[in-house]
Amino acid sequence: MRIQVRFFAALRERVGISERVISVPENTTVAQVWSLVVEDKFLPDNVLAARNMEYVDVATPVAEGDEIAFFPPVTGGGL
Amino acid sequence: MTVEILDRAFDPWHYLAEYRIKGTQQAGQFGATAVFVGTLRDFNQDESVQSMSLEHYPGMTETYLEKISREAVRRWGLTDSLIVHRVGELLPGEPIVLVAVWSAHRQAAFEASRYLMEELKSKAPFWKKEQLEKGKRWVEHNTPG
Repeated sequence: MRIQVRFFAALRERVGISERVISVPENTTVAQVWSLVVEDKFLPDNVLAARNMEYVDVATPVAEGDEIAFFPPVTGGGL
Repeated sequence: MTVEILDRAFDPWHYLAEYRIKGTQQAGQFGATAVFVGTLRDFNQDESVQSMSLEHYPGMTETYLEKISREAVRRWGLTDSLIVHRVGELLPGEPIVLVAVWSAHRQAAFEASRYLMEELKSKAPFWKKEQLEKGKRWVEHNTPG
């Protein structure tokens, strides 16, 4: 299956990847996607994950054509 | 119900006036309007902030803000809701976010606007990077409400 993987903000800078298309086997989870792309690094506890632009648990399996995103805690809004 | 992401400076009061002219809310249908405007400070964690870069996740941001708007309209029976949020480069004093809600009575308006701001700050995919005198840093924590 082919999926797109994206990184945002401080995490993008740390990992050094903005987006990448990869092939993964059936039943790959979001956490395993992280391991496949970010070599030799464990998924940090405070990293948030989204599948097709909705928050997901990292144990969620991915599907063909998915967009998987990883990002740090969010900091929007005003005062 | 309107959600807009802007990559240029905006005046929230002018925006609201224009929005009212479009007449999404029916005059006579609401008795309360609550408005929140968030503005960029020139200080954070005892450091002077010269400017800020606000990044977001295009697509997910709008989807998330629309989701919480629908929830607020449903839960408090709002007549209408509006969220406008800046992205890109901002200077101190510039508005970052405008939240406005219209409802029959004041309690719903106060509660719904608070709900929208807290949900936005804790879960909408925005990230702030501050330009300080000594360099840039990502903001890692929200200020307590």
